[in-house]
Amino acid sequence: MIGLRLYLAQRLSAFLMAPLVIGHIATMIYAVQNGLTASEILDRTQGSLWWGAFYGLFVGAVSVHAAIGLRAIAFETLNLPVRWLNPLTWTVGMVLALLGGRAVAAVVF
Amino acid sequence: MREAAEALDVKVWRGNAHGGGYRSYSVPAQESQTVLDVVTWIQQHAEPTLTYRFACRVGMCGSCAMMVNGEPRWTCRTHVRRVLDGKRLEIAPLRNLPVIKDLATDMAEFFDKWTGAEGVFHPTATRKDAIAPISPADPMRQLANEAVECINCAVCYSACDTVTANPSYLGPAALNRAWTLQNDERDGAYAPRLRAVSADGGCFNCHSHQSCLTYCPNDLNPTASIAGLKRLSSTSFLRRGRTR
Repeated sequence: MIGLRLYLAQRLSAFLMAPLVIGHIATMIYAVQNGLTASEILDRTQGSLWWGAFYGLFVGAVSVHAAIGLRAIAFETLNLPVRWLNPLTWTVGMVLALLGGRAVAAVVF
Repeated sequence: MREAAEALDVKVWRGNAHGGGYRSYSVPAQESQTVLDVVTWIQQHAEPTLTYRFACRVGMCGSCAMMVNGEPRWTCRTHVRRVLDGKRLEIAPLRNLPVIKDLATDMAEFFDKWTGAEGVFHPTATRKDAIAPISPADPMRQLANEAVECINCAVCYSACDTVTANPSYLGPAALNRAWTLQNDERDGAYAPRLRAVSADGGCFNCHSHQSCLTYCPNDLNPTASIAGLKRLSSTSFLRRGRTR
């Protein structure tokens, strides 16, 4: 049960995620290949507005995108009743935003 | 027509809305034999009460579609030799539609969705007005032409896994029809149709599996039509309701 607004929200979040995923993978490869320790990574991320914005945006886009995707799966594959779809979408989105936001806060602040 | 010595092992689904099962028949194989020929032979020679639907027998009316060896097909234009699995042929009513009896399905839901998608022409002129001149080279007319040869056979509707999973989904045929009308300059229901196809059961539920494209007997591409509707609806929304 996807209407116009949910469709656009999922497409726009995918549009945001595409470069962010590439940036995230590139960062991971860089960090691993140069043998950075956790404290060296935290030295770079703590207090950095750039990394906060990068991963904050990433978490926001993932929360929107995954919540709408799971909504479609819950309805079409698991036959979840329509009245549960909005609560499910909001719950998944909020939980992902909360967990992701907590992780971002931990490495930036 | 030359009759071959061998026989086909044909299983036909018999039953009604409450249930049923397959029955086996041995049907003489013939040259240039269609699946509809096989069904007709069974009704005329073995099972007079077998119910099925057909009319034109030349691929124009769209009434004879059935599941053949698990895939939706127009049976009057499907040669047995193209779909035979060894000597086995399994024929069943169309998927995704309620069965009335044997091979005849209830098409009401299918056609209700056509009207639900505003797949109906809304004229803007009367018979007293001059006929609107539309050039065959007009880009909108060309888009409509690519999708207009639908014969309402419901093969795409039966092939669509999204219809199976989401009964409120309008389906590829209805949305394809809506797309042809959105590209018809003479039509006067552009905005209401855009609202109809972008509602909860509308075009945004399509996952682009492209089963409709794979099975359409007229080689149409309803997935592309649905993508066109998604584009029109999104663009209209982002332009705050301005349509064309």
